[in-house]
Amino acid sequence: MTREDIIKPENLVCTRPELLNGTQMHYCPGCSHGVVHKLVAEIIGEMGLAGRCIGVSPVGCAVFAYRYIDIDWQEAAHGRAPAVATACKRLWPDRLVFTYQGDGDMACIGTAETLHALNRGENITLIFINNAIYGMTGGQMAPTTLVGQKTATCPYGRDPEIHGWPLNITELAAKLEGTAYVTRQSVHNVAAIRRAKRALRHAFENSMAGKGSNLVEIVSTCPSGWKLSPIKANEWLEEHMLAYYKPGDLKDR
Amino acid sequence: MGKTIGAVKVDTERCKGCGLCVEACPTGSLALTSRAVNHKGYTYCQQTGDSCTGCAACAIVCPDACLAVYRATRAGSNPTSHE
Repeated sequence: MTREDIIKPENLVCTRPELLNGTQMHYCPGCSHGVVHKLVAEIIGEMGLAGRCIGVSPVGCAVFAYRYIDIDWQEAAHGRAPAVATACKRLWPDRLVFTYQGDGDMACIGTAETLHALNRGENITLIFINNAIYGMTGGQMAPTTLVGQKTATCPYGRDPEIHGWPLNITELAAKLEGTAYVTRQSVHNVAAIRRAKRALRHAFENSMAGKGSNLVEIVSTCPSGWKLSPIKANEWLEEHMLAYYKPGDLKDR
Repeated sequence: MGKTIGAVKVDTERCKGCGLCVEACPTGSLALTSRAVNHKGYTYCQQTGDSCTGCAACAIVCPDACLAVYRATRAGSNPTSHE
């Protein structure tokens, strides 16, 4: 059987999802954003919601998310995505509304908007990409940076006495009455990606069913910010990130 | 069960040479180019050898969605298929 015999449309098992358009993504090689974009595009396509979906893109590396996934998007000011998503969902209750935010956006400047939107039980999904660093601006310390982790602004490692402790926004969200589903996932290998996809789909279904707000944290890599190769970054994530940010469902109502 | 055989088609211009697919491939069927680069200057991945089973692990981990995986059943490897 030659390669030409195998490469036929009827034998296709996996390719770029239809909603993820041909625009080349600006992310660095090996960045987790690409995988999550792919999952979001796949799920919205599978749920048949492409025409009834509004994403809210953040400030941060994912600011250009609207260029890559062919659905309706709204750009929000830094940290304000959950507030904008609240307005979108209240005006169009039949739409799937989600935000896509990084840790600088959600866990720092947007903490108030995030916690209040979750606490109000808005029927939206918040996708939280946690790579423990400010990726876009050059790898500065974020509220989620691990203790001892070296960044551009804490070159000797994060010291809780000076910089405080890592902020675990997902644990906080799980305590709020308004949240329906709070989970932490990662996308560093095939099994984790499959679990993350199921979690995202569950969150989207919850928000369409009006069960309350949903938070899906994706523990991610930032190979450029961490100054590691993509493969080493995945190993570092497994060893350090997942030890502190333990994957699994924190709440499923 | 017939033996499955796979093939990977790479969008080489979209590939950034991160190597995650090479690491994820259980049969060692992918490799990055050693010298050749695409128009952005990245080395890119290529299928090598014929051990690919079409499991699609590479396409699932690819952050740039530049891989298309095809899977077929090798004719003649399943005795019942000749009946």
